[in-house]
Amino acid sequence: MIEDIELAKNIIAKRIAREFKNNQLVNLGIGLPTMVANHIPQGVNVILQSENGMIGMGPAPEPGKENPEVTNAGGAMVTILPHGCYFDSATSFALIRGKHVEYTVLGALEVDQEGSLASWIIPGKKVPGMGGAMDLVVGAKNVIVSTLHTERGKPKILKKCRLPLTARHVVNMIVTELGVFRVTPGGLALIEINKDTTIDEIRANTEADFIVSDNLKTMEV
Amino acid sequence: MFDKIINKNDFTSLIKDGMVIMVGGFLGCGTPETLIDLVLASGAKNLTLICNDTSFVDRGVGRLVAAKQAAKVITSHIGTNPETGKQMVEGTLNVELVPQGTLAERIRCAGAGLGGVLTPTGVGTVVEEGKQKITVDGHEYLLELPLRADLAIINGSSVDKAGNVVYNATTRNFNPLMAMAASVVVVEAEKLVEPGALMPELVMTPGPLVTHIFKSEKR
Repeated sequence: MIEDIELAKNIIAKRIAREFKNNQLVNLGIGLPTMVANHIPQGVNVILQSENGMIGMGPAPEPGKENPEVTNAGGAMVTILPHGCYFDSATSFALIRGKHVEYTVLGALEVDQEGSLASWIIPGKKVPGMGGAMDLVVGAKNVIVSTLHTERGKPKILKKCRLPLTARHVVNMIVTELGVFRVTPGGLALIEINKDTTIDEIRANTEADFIVSDNLKTMEV
Repeated sequence: MFDKIINKNDFTSLIKDGMVIMVGGFLGCGTPETLIDLVLASGAKNLTLICNDTSFVDRGVGRLVAAKQAAKVITSHIGTNPETGKQMVEGTLNVELVPQGTLAERIRCAGAGLGGVLTPTGVGTVVEEGKQKITVDGHEYLLELPLRADLAIINGSSVDKAGNVVYNATTRNFNPLMAMAASVVVVEAEKLVEPGALMPELVMTPGPLVTHIFKSEKR
């Protein structure tokens, strides 16, 4: 296992950043998914959407250049790049639901082998609300879940989610620090593996059933 | 000529107990803080608030929740305002959580004179409970109903005296949608200009939608 959580998160972010192609519209969730933006390869121009109403989102402002009218979906001050623009919330979610966003990357409380995702509520404990997550996973062309493989030793990739769902059967890919899974009609397939782990270790830390792809590759990070 | 500009007393006289109020803003960005000050000062109770999120305890619409002036909130996210969750658990605040895109469309469709929208969002989740499901071309959708309000309070970056509004950057969010969906619409104008000063091509909310204009006291 990879014990260093910051290292693990960076492995996940780096790997996801390699998925994107030039000029694709991408929505990154708050937290670990936001880190993906730091690893987008040189020469790949990805257009970032923030669902509160902009595309072409840039990095955090330099000190002294903060503008409280330019914020991201987490309420943090950001910048806009020269190709960017602003719009209202209905247009923003039309982009999302209308399949105009190529990738959405978001975290998970639980994700399962059928591609269902639970990410917005722990009944009785934590009820933040779903925000834009339900629309994003239903509407984006590709849904990537970025998550540490386990939380406090417990698997996060399950046979079936137990928490209330964000959406059912929507996830295309799951990226953890140990490997990359693709959700296929036949079930979950491990398609890439971190060189610092083994298939046995992944099996021991995954509740879901999965097959190992005939074409298993080393995870490039 | 347009006679839309109102003062504090005029605005306060619009506020009634039990009203349904839409409040523009996204985590406090693009929210009419001075109008919220006045709703707070009015002491109005049992309000139903419709807002993207309940912001923070000390910012935007979150202040109305913290002051216990709301009986119900219809919103997509309450995680940044612990007071909302606390009152919900205590049973003093009814919280209806709505997916953000659905919230936007429920408001937009009310303002556009439509009887609802069909969305795939929420199918197979708790959000579908009690809602009609309709299949179109083999795809399942939820019928989501329009959301209207007695009053919308919105924030405009530049407003002319005819009520035309321009919103800067990400302050736009829910403001132009709410401007179409309430019986009375009050815009808090950060900058108030003469008709003709705004480029007509860039106006985001057409003047006739705005009932009243209040000059912001935000610094």
